[in-house]
Amino acid sequence: MAEGIKNKVAIIGMGCTKFGELWDKGGEDLMVDAFQECIEDAGIEKKDIQAAWLGIHFEEQSVGKGATSLALALKLPFIPVTRVENFCATGTEALRGACYAVASGAYDIALALGVEKLKDTGYGGLPGFRNLMGARNALIMPKVTAPGTFAMMATRYFAVHGLSPDEGKRMLAKVSVKSHHNGFLNPKAHLRREVTEEQVMNAPIIAWPLGLFDCCGVSDGSAAAIVTRADMARNFRPDPVYIKSLQVALSSGEELMYTQWDGAHVETGYRAGVLAYNEAGIKNPRKEISMAEVHDCFSITEAVTMEDLQFSSRGRVKDDIESGRFNLDGEQPIQPDGGLKCFGHPIGASGLRMMFEMYKQLQGKAQQPERQLKNPKIGLTHNMGGFPAMNVVSVAIVGL
Amino acid sequence: MVGIESYGAYIPRYRMNHNTIFSAVGFLGTFPAPGENAVANYDEDTISMAVAAGIDCLSGMNREKVDGLYLATTSQPYMLRQNSAIVATALDLQSGMRTADFSGSSKAGTSALLSAFDAVKGGTSSNVLVCASDCRLSKPGSSQEPLYGDGAAALLVGSDDVIVTLEGSYSVTYDFPDRWRAAGEKFEHAWEDRFIRDEGYARMIPEVISGLLKKYNLNIKDFAKIAYPGIYVREHGAIARRLGAEPGQIQDILLDKIGDTGSASPLMMLAAAIEGAKPGDKILVASFGNGSDALFFQVTEKINKLADRRGVKKNLASKKELSSYEKYLAFRNLAPMDLGMRGEESIRSPMSTLFRERQSILSLCGSRCKRCGTPQYPVQRICVNPDCGAVDEMESYRFSDKKGVLFTYTGDNLAASIDPPAIYGFVDFEGGGRFWFDLTDCDLDSIKVGMPVEMTFRRRYIDEACGVHGYSWKATPIRA
Repeated sequence: MAEGIKNKVAIIGMGCTKFGELWDKGGEDLMVDAFQECIEDAGIEKKDIQAAWLGIHFEEQSVGKGATSLALALKLPFIPVTRVENFCATGTEALRGACYAVASGAYDIALALGVEKLKDTGYGGLPGFRNLMGARNALIMPKVTAPGTFAMMATRYFAVHGLSPDEGKRMLAKVSVKSHHNGFLNPKAHLRREVTEEQVMNAPIIAWPLGLFDCCGVSDGSAAAIVTRADMARNFRPDPVYIKSLQVALSSGEELMYTQWDGAHVETGYRAGVLAYNEAGIKNPRKEISMAEVHDCFSITEAVTMEDLQFSSRGRVKDDIESGRFNLDGEQPIQPDGGLKCFGHPIGASGLRMMFEMYKQLQGKAQQPERQLKNPKIGLTHNMGGFPAMNVVSVAIVGL
Repeated sequence: MVGIESYGAYIPRYRMNHNTIFSAVGFLGTFPAPGENAVANYDEDTISMAVAAGIDCLSGMNREKVDGLYLATTSQPYMLRQNSAIVATALDLQSGMRTADFSGSSKAGTSALLSAFDAVKGGTSSNVLVCASDCRLSKPGSSQEPLYGDGAAALLVGSDDVIVTLEGSYSVTYDFPDRWRAAGEKFEHAWEDRFIRDEGYARMIPEVISGLLKKYNLNIKDFAKIAYPGIYVREHGAIARRLGAEPGQIQDILLDKIGDTGSASPLMMLAAAIEGAKPGDKILVASFGNGSDALFFQVTEKINKLADRRGVKKNLASKKELSSYEKYLAFRNLAPMDLGMRGEESIRSPMSTLFRERQSILSLCGSRCKRCGTPQYPVQRICVNPDCGAVDEMESYRFSDKKGVLFTYTGDNLAASIDPPAIYGFVDFEGGGRFWFDLTDCDLDSIKVGMPVEMTFRRRYIDEACGVHGYSWKATPIRA
C-alpha cells in the first residue's frame, strides 16, 4: 500500500508576479520576478536550491523547449532542472515533481516554477488546438477551440439537469460575477473590474452558450515555490504550509469513445478528488475544505468542479451558487484571488498561482486585509488541462 | 445480363438563385435565365460529392462485392493521386479492386459507364461503381456561372439482379472546341454560344441518337424516357421535336433547379428516369462533350425490389437558399477573406500518417471488440470498455453508414471558419461508439441535443503550400 506524501513536504516560500497583458516583460523576466519574490519569502539563497522543475505549456512563442530557459534566466549553478508539460495542469505538475523529489529523500530543497507568456502568441484566447493533439487527431477531431469544448459541457449540463439556456446562463453568470468581485479586490489580478449579472448575460457569445464573461483571462505571468522536507521546514519559517496530498488523474478514453459518460461533469475531476481526499484523509470535503482555487477556465468548469470535488451534490451546484456559499464571505470561498477568470491564466503558472493564494491565506497574509479569509485550515487547488472529454486534472491539498 | 443494379445521387443543400448572381455581377452584362443552381458548401468538392452519391447508390447493397470504381469528372482536385482511389477508400471498399479516373470532357460520365459495362461484360470485373461528379469553378460574371451546378450521380454496374439492362450504345467523337482548359488553368475558356449551340449541340445530339436508333432498328417512340443535357433550353426542346419525340418522353433537364452538372448530368438524368420507371420501360441517355455517347436501357422487374433511396427526387426537395453571393465567393476561395490568425495556422499534411491511419481518417472505420462487442472510434488496440480491456482482439467496424444522435454541441465564434460559427459536437452512434465531429449543412438554431444525425464525407482543408486537399468525416442532421 503506497503511503503517499502527506505531511512529508512543506512549502517555505512562494512568489507570484502580477498577471496580465505584460507587453514589457518576456518569459525570462517573469521567471526572474517570481523567483526573486519566492526566495526572499523563503529566506534562502539560490545556492541552497538542489533541483528545479519548470512548467510551461506553449513554449514555441516564448522560451523554447527544454528546461535551459529557467537555468539560464535564473543563472542556476549547474543543478538538475526538468521541464514538465501537462496542459493546464502544468504548474501543478512542476510542484508535484519538486515535492516528490524531496519526499523521496533525493533533495532537501527544490524549486518549482511555472511561467507562460501567452500575449506573444498574437491571439485573443489561446492559439488553435489543431496542432497540439498529435497528427492523427489533427485530421479527425473537430476544429475546436477551448471555449467550444467547454461550451459543449454547458449544453450537456443544461440538458441533463433540465435547465433552460436562460436559467443555465444565469447560474453561470453568478459564478463570473463572484470571481470579478474577488479579482477587483486583488492587486495582482489581471482583470480588476466588477461586473453585473446582466452584463455577463448580455455579453457577446464566444461559443454558444458561453459568452465573453464566461471565459477566463488570457494572461502573462509566473509563480514559484520552494519546497523542503517537512522536518526541516520550521528551520526556515514559523508558518510553513504542508502538502497533504498531490494527485493527478487522466482520461482513459472512456469519456470520449465509450457511451457512459454523461458529458455534464468531468470524470477525472471526481477521480482526482477522491485520490487526493484519500491521501489527505479528508472524509467530508464540503465541510473540511476551507477554501479552494479551482480551474475556472470557463464558468461552467467551476460549476461542475464544485460537484466533481463533492462540495455540492450532483446537479445541485445551482443552489450553492445562489446561496452565496462560494463567495468571499461564504461558507466555502472559491477563487478568493479572482481565479483564472480574473487573476488570469498563464497556463504553466496557474497551478502555482493557485497554491500561492492558498499559501498566503493559510498564513493570514493575503494581500489587502479585506481579502483575508477567517482562519482557513485546509486549502485545495484544482487544475484541469485539455477538454472535458479528454483531459488531465490535478488536485493538491495543503494545510498548516 | 449486364446492367445497373442500383443508383444514387447527390445534390448539395445550397441553391443560389440566378437573381443573386445577377444582383452581384449583372453590371458585367450577365443576364441569366430564371432559376437556381445547386452550390456545393465550402467543405464540398468533386470527391466529397462522389462519395455522397456512392453512399446513396450502395445503400442496401453488398459493398464487399464491388471490385471496381470509376470516377468521372472535369473538376478533379488532384492531377496526380488518383481521385477514384480516394473515393474508394472513403467508401471503405476492398483494396483488391480496379479504379480509374475518367476526365477531359463532360461526356466523361458516359465514357466511364460504357467502360464499366465493357469490364463486366468482358468478365474482368463483377461490380463496378461508377461515380460522376462535378464541382466546376466559374469565373465570376461568366456565362458558365449561372449555367453550371454542382452535383454527382452514381450507378452500380453488374450482372446480378439488374434493375436496368444495357441494351446498346452508339458514340460519336469530334474534337469540338466548345470549351477548354489547359493544364494548370483555374477557369475554362469557351467559344461563342451560337457556335456551341448550332454547330455542336444541335447537330451532335441528333446525330448520336439517330445513329443509335438506326444501329438497333428502333423508333424514337419506343422510349419511355429520353435524356440528354439541356445546356440550351429552347434548343433542347427543338431537338426533341426534330427527333419526333413527345414532350412527355423527354426527361427533365433540371437546368433551372440545379444547373448543368457536367459529367454527372447524363447519369443524374438516368437516375431520375429510373426513379420514375416501371418494368419494360426503355430509356435513352446521351451525353454532350467533344461528341456524344448514347446508351439505351430497358427496365426489369427487379426495379420493384430495390430499396428506397435518396435519389434525385429527395435531394432536389431538400435545399436551403444561399442568398449571399459574397459568401459563395468565400466558399470557392474566389475572394480572399480574413479568418484571423487561427485561419493562418499552418496545416500539417503528414502523408505517411494519413496512409497508416486511412481506415480511421478516410474510411471512418474504427474497431469492434470481439470479446465484448463494443464499437469504438478511431481504431483502437485496447478495448475502451472499462470492464473489458481486451488487447488486440479487434475487428474493423464501419461508422460511416451508422446513424447517431447528437450528444452535445456548440456553435463556436472563436474557431477559424469561413462560415461561422463553427458547429461541432459529439455523436453517439446507433449500435454503440461515440466521438466528436464537426457538423456541417446545418444552422445553430436548428440543432438540439438528442437529434438524429448521419455522417458525411467532406473536404477538411486545402494546404496550398503542399498542394494537399485533406478529407475527413463530419456529422450532419439527417437530410429529409
